[in-house]
Amino acid sequence: MSGPRVAVITFPGSLDDRDALRAVRLMGGTPVLVWHRDRDLGGADAVILPGGFSYGDHLRAGAIARFAPVMAAVAEHAERGGPVLGICNGFQILCEAGLLPGALTRNVGLAFVCRRIHVRCETSATVFTSTIAAGEVLPVPVKHGEGRFVADPETLARIEGEGRVVFRYCSPAGHLGGEWNPNGSTNHIAGIANDRGNVVGMMPHPEHAVDPDVGPTGGQPMFESLLQAVPAGV
Amino acid sequence: MRRRFEVVVMLKPGMADPQGRAVEDALPTMGWSGLTNVRVGKHVELTVEADSEDAARALVEQVADRLLSNPVIEDYRILSAEEVR
Repeated sequence: MSGPRVAVITFPGSLDDRDALRAVRLMGGTPVLVWHRDRDLGGADAVILPGGFSYGDHLRAGAIARFAPVMAAVAEHAERGGPVLGICNGFQILCEAGLLPGALTRNVGLAFVCRRIHVRCETSATVFTSTIAAGEVLPVPVKHGEGRFVADPETLARIEGEGRVVFRYCSPAGHLGGEWNPNGSTNHIAGIANDRGNVVGMMPHPEHAVDPDVGPTGGQPMFESLLQAVPAGV
Repeated sequence: MRRRFEVVVMLKPGMADPQGRAVEDALPTMGWSGLTNVRVGKHVELTVEADSEDAARALVEQVADRLLSNPVIEDYRILSAEEVR
């Protein structure tokens, strides 16, 4: 394997680290296992914080994981402009760590949702969506109990105004509406980026959607974007 | 000196609270009425070793700010600080 090195961090309670590593390999990258107690990212070019229930989701989802030893290296990597993708619990951790604004709260209706949904890409100006046109609809699964994105009105206006909403929940045809929003998320937000577009967090799971043998492949373009961008020295 | 603190963490006013809503919705089905505005939060107790009550409280506030609550969505208040042996 010689593709770009993509680290996947395993926290105690991570569930989707194996699928993320597998997705990196299937898409042509070199997966790098990183343990939450590690102090570096193993020389990786990009890093994925996977889904799951790190530290049992105790206190709040992601609240304990943000203090894991490896998170200092993740913050430094993000500061240098290195690509960071937080998926589901990884998104929650990035918000708790202050690397992304806002917070993920309990789903409206309290139900844990686990199903295939659709998201509409809102911007190509991130390292993970550079090959995806704005308006393109991707089929991907969600599975979470705390995925309702919230932020104070000023922060929300800034995220929207700066075009930092990366994905919104939508119909298969790309229309927005409450019936397509699985958790009551503000403005149907499924994923956001930092101001430089190198840190992205999202509740849906692109890493579960890369293998046509087991379901939709809406996750493939995100890995393609990342693997194209990394050698260019993003 | 050891002091026992209690910290209550609540979702900010106006922040949707599905847990509180679920409890509230359950009340009439169990025959209770006249109960509204149910909010569900967290109650944390912890013992602090510090030289003074001010120092202990400052430490608890720091912990409440950085770990026990998420200031984006939650407020906290410190209820009591009893000396313990």
